[in-house]
Amino acid sequence: MSDAEATSGFEDEPVVDEAGAAAEAQTRFGVPATSSRGQQVLHPTRDQLVDLVRTLRDDEGYRVCIDVTAVDYLAYEAPRGLPPDVGPERFEVVVGLLALDSHERLRLRVQVPAADATCPSLFDVHPGTEGLEREVYDMFGIEFTGHPDLSRILMPEDWDGFPLRKDHPVGAIPVQFKGVQDAR
Amino acid sequence: MTSVSTDDTARTYEGSQELTPRKGAGAAELMREVGSVLRMSEAEVAALADDQPTEDQTMILNMGPQHPSTHGVLRLMLELEGETVLRSKPVIGYLHTGMEKTGETLTYLQGPTNVTRMDYASPLFNELVFSLATETLLGIDGDIPARAQWIRMLLCELNRMSSHLLFLATNGLDLGAVSMMLFGWREREETLRLLEMITGLRMNHNFIRPGGVAADLPDGWRDGVLRVLDLCSPRLDEYDELLTGQPIFRARLQGVGVITTDEAIALGATGPILRSTGLPWDLRKDMPYLFYDQVEFAAVVGSYGDAFDRYAIRLNEVRESMAIVRQILDALPAGDYRIQDRKVTPPPRARIDESMEALIHHFKIFTEGFKVPEGEVYCAVESPRGELGCYLVSDGSGVPYRMRIRGPSFVNVQALPHMLRGGLIADAVAVISSVDPIMGETDR
Repeated sequence: MSDAEATSGFEDEPVVDEAGAAAEAQTRFGVPATSSRGQQVLHPTRDQLVDLVRTLRDDEGYRVCIDVTAVDYLAYEAPRGLPPDVGPERFEVVVGLLALDSHERLRLRVQVPAADATCPSLFDVHPGTEGLEREVYDMFGIEFTGHPDLSRILMPEDWDGFPLRKDHPVGAIPVQFKGVQDAR
Repeated sequence: MTSVSTDDTARTYEGSQELTPRKGAGAAELMREVGSVLRMSEAEVAALADDQPTEDQTMILNMGPQHPSTHGVLRLMLELEGETVLRSKPVIGYLHTGMEKTGETLTYLQGPTNVTRMDYASPLFNELVFSLATETLLGIDGDIPARAQWIRMLLCELNRMSSHLLFLATNGLDLGAVSMMLFGWREREETLRLLEMITGLRMNHNFIRPGGVAADLPDGWRDGVLRVLDLCSPRLDEYDELLTGQPIFRARLQGVGVITTDEAIALGATGPILRSTGLPWDLRKDMPYLFYDQVEFAAVVGSYGDAFDRYAIRLNEVRESMAIVRQILDALPAGDYRIQDRKVTPPPRARIDESMEALIHHFKIFTEGFKVPEGEVYCAVESPRGELGCYLVSDGSGVPYRMRIRGPSFVNVQALPHMLRGGLIADAVAVISSVDPIMGETDR
């Protein structure tokens, strides 16, 4: 164990000042910021999202939108890593950005309420999000306003419900037995 | 969501997931396909729409899902005018098995068995990225023994070789170079045999796990690795002779499926597609993980962004991987192959015989799994196809609250319409092949 530590090359790593880094990001980007395991996370509102991503692309070098996904926090109580000034909602759209020049990553967590499960589309800023947003719509039922072609992408067209929601059961296809009158 | 029209013969079961017929496709549809990538204005797109042929001059052709060149179950809907592809749309999901949902029911120790089946041509990368994300959540990412990290690198580079050799084989097959297909499969089989010797399985290894790797390298592994390296070097030169300089092969690939750096970045394409445009973006070099900062290798780049560049990049990446493997052979330190943190690693077999607590501990790790502190984390590695990412959310229990895999094939396939546009249908086969999509990862 001690041998491994001596050769692992991690011992010089500076201690990450998570609170300090978050405070700096907050003043820099104007939205609540946190740090999760040393990774930068911003918490814009839905209205701020598109403008923020555009600013990040044009001025800060975050030219690649690497990922758009979502989480259903139905069964996970707040605060789940959110800063105090961000109101937790059921859904969260998670956008991953990558800066090619400075080799940095940034994650945006956008709260989306269950009553109004919509989120502005990033398609105008990053066209590559088109398929990713369709997948989020398909899996979570979050509608992206301004998306040019919002349809299911992985599930069949006539599928009932949104599979990755927490209230969607894991085995949703009814098991049918021969001769049983009421098969589920 | 648009309603499904039933009056059109081109439409089948997938409804609005399919390509809109031309009469229903206006400027918005064209904007989606070209305009926003090329940053055209609305007026320019409208002008483009006016310039298009009418419905009776075009036809919509389904290519796939059962087409040998679509590498599985990719279905492409192509709108053709004569032999020219005007528009296209990939229809995916035929291999969707809900693996992200499944991942929410499996413990962190069972997780690799699930994710390894996503990108079945490079399974070890899936296991690696899942393990890295879990370790970061646990906060033990700095404590993994060096030997385990080097073994992971060794396996991943061998896996990259086998994956790229598979590409070379299928790329040859798609273009009619059937002997290349046999050669590619032959060399891939050699690497798979080596992986079988080390991990016990040809594919879906479940060998890289949170905390390290499943077992130490077996006796004779070094000879096996050297044998594969010595075997592959001259054979790669043979491929060069067979394909790289061959006029027919070059004519089929050069200038086909061209994409520029800005377009690739806008579409989020990574891996050989991005590098073929001349941007040397390789996570192993630019955001090093494991010990990639301690080995010397080149990020192979192209200059024209065409299908030939992507072929050449993959061929030469096999050579770079071989060079990395040779350096790993020299650098591999002695030590543990997994972390000796009792929280994530079961006690050794000998302890179970003599200690009741060890037996209980062993039982609990394999039934309940270990608990992971709350938090969310994104980790990424450079898979043979591009950036493979894993986003994990833990609520403090023994199973991930959310397990998201960002598959490079999924995003790269979305770039297909852009690369196919204006090309010939015969070239479509070459373009699909050059993207090298693995449908298991696209659909998950």
